[in-house]
Amino acid sequence: MSCQQDTPRNAAAPRAGASRARRVLTPLLTVAGLLVVWELVVDLGIIPNFLLPTPVQVVQALVSDFSLIVSHAATTLVETAIGLLIGVALGFAIAVLMDRFEGFYLALQPLVTISQTIPTIAIAPLLVLWFGYGLAPKVILIVITTFFPITVSLISGFRSVDPDVIDLMRTMNASRWQIFRYAKLPAAADQFFSGLRISATYAIVGAVIAEWLGGNSGLGVYMTRVRKSFSYDRMFAVIIVISALSLGLMKLVDLLQRVCMPWKRAEGNKR
Amino acid sequence: MGAGVIAAERGAASGADAGAGDVPALEARSLTLSWDGQTTVVDRISLTVASGEVVCLVGRSGCGKTTILHALSGLTRPLSGQVLLHGEDITGTPGHVSYMLQKDLLLPSRRIIDNVCLPMLLTGVPRAEARAKAEPLFERFGLAGTEEKWPAELSGGMRQRAAFMRTYLMGADVTLLDEPFSALDAITRVEVRRWFCDMARELGLSALVITHDVDEAVSMASRVYVLAGRPSEGEPSHVAGEVRVDHDAAGEGDFALTPEFLSAKREVLELLG
Repeated sequence: MSCQQDTPRNAAAPRAGASRARRVLTPLLTVAGLLVVWELVVDLGIIPNFLLPTPVQVVQALVSDFSLIVSHAATTLVETAIGLLIGVALGFAIAVLMDRFEGFYLALQPLVTISQTIPTIAIAPLLVLWFGYGLAPKVILIVITTFFPITVSLISGFRSVDPDVIDLMRTMNASRWQIFRYAKLPAAADQFFSGLRISATYAIVGAVIAEWLGGNSGLGVYMTRVRKSFSYDRMFAVIIVISALSLGLMKLVDLLQRVCMPWKRAEGNKR
Repeated sequence: MGAGVIAAERGAASGADAGAGDVPALEARSLTLSWDGQTTVVDRISLTVASGEVVCLVGRSGCGKTTILHALSGLTRPLSGQVLLHGEDITGTPGHVSYMLQKDLLLPSRRIIDNVCLPMLLTGVPRAEARAKAEPLFERFGLAGTEEKWPAELSGGMRQRAAFMRTYLMGADVTLLDEPFSALDAITRVEVRRWFCDMARELGLSALVITHDVDEAVSMASRVYVLAGRPSEGEPSHVAGEVRVDHDAAGEGDFALTPEFLSAKREVLELLG
């Protein structure tokens, strides 16, 4: 069986290798090209420098303010971590209840959906008004924005189980909990991690938005301050940091998925 | 769960072997079934499976074969009638007979050994103990070396063997199989079917196999029940007849080429109408 599979895979290998180099190089060159255009556009005075800093100035700002940005980023990351953990736990609990009890599903389904139509920016000032300038309003905002992707992905994941698997397990006298543990939970894992990847990026953005409206530290607070002093180079620097943090968090989710779902690799190899 | 009792009964049954008055391993008494609780799909069917006997139930697609197995396995309750295991009423209670559904239904997130151990794990047998019990059987089921593989790494035929091994490890006294080979390609199907028949004989399996393939039914079973009717057109299915297949009279060689095979096949086809 394995020798049959090896032949076509080896034959395709050199082409796959070449395309991998292209896959890395093409976007890198695109980004580099855009940066050069950006630098030139400002240097040649097409866009005045007080409106748009050059990439070199952004890097300089990032370097000079680095330690300050790191301390602000630490605050944002703590809020993100707490909010995301609570959001995931809440999302998980709601999904399990909605899957287990039809009544819960009917009662919560519209509420869960409506909660997502409330604009984050609109609710953030209210949260600050109610809970002050501390950690609480930030965490609450993150929880509100992150639980939804988790709940939605888990519910559809739980429902993706082949009903025949549940029948089979019933013939083995499996309890509801066993069916959940052996069949439903692993079946939902794939979609759960897709949801988690979305939630992780929402969490950082949510934290920054909440910080805009008040607080003593955090990337959002730093952003507000540099905007008020018209230091747009620092604005761009902090945007880069936020992007990098989001990317890092997504990578972390990928890693977690690979550890939690070892069978995925076997399924990938087959194709 | 009374496994000891069942084993003792099995011993007693095979001891008194083939006596006409024996209590069958599995008996369906006048089962009437429906899909939705109203329209009758299967009308008062009765059938028996003796200890150590492989029986086939053959019928067209959509005539309610799977519905019958669901009722026999206890997943659904019949509108009327009874299901008896060694004379004991098990109507509508799952967990008494092993049931192999049409698809292999291996859990993709568990290694093969944990998949075949599933029935034991579900009854609370510790993982190490279940594994120790399953490991020596891999060779016998033609699955040696696949213990730690994921289901996605196995071919269709191997997956089917694993599903059969899991069914066997349920340890119930009677096994129900729903078109167990239909998902396989034609060549693999013949191979796996032959292997299955050998295993069934070796393990002394009491099995009811449903299929729409007349050749398959006649080559596997010592008795074939023929199911006729078109439930979707308002004509509930019923047992049109029972055909005995005399494998022993055919002697050595490929059974499918003997006159005994052909005459049994003709009888089944006539009953199917």
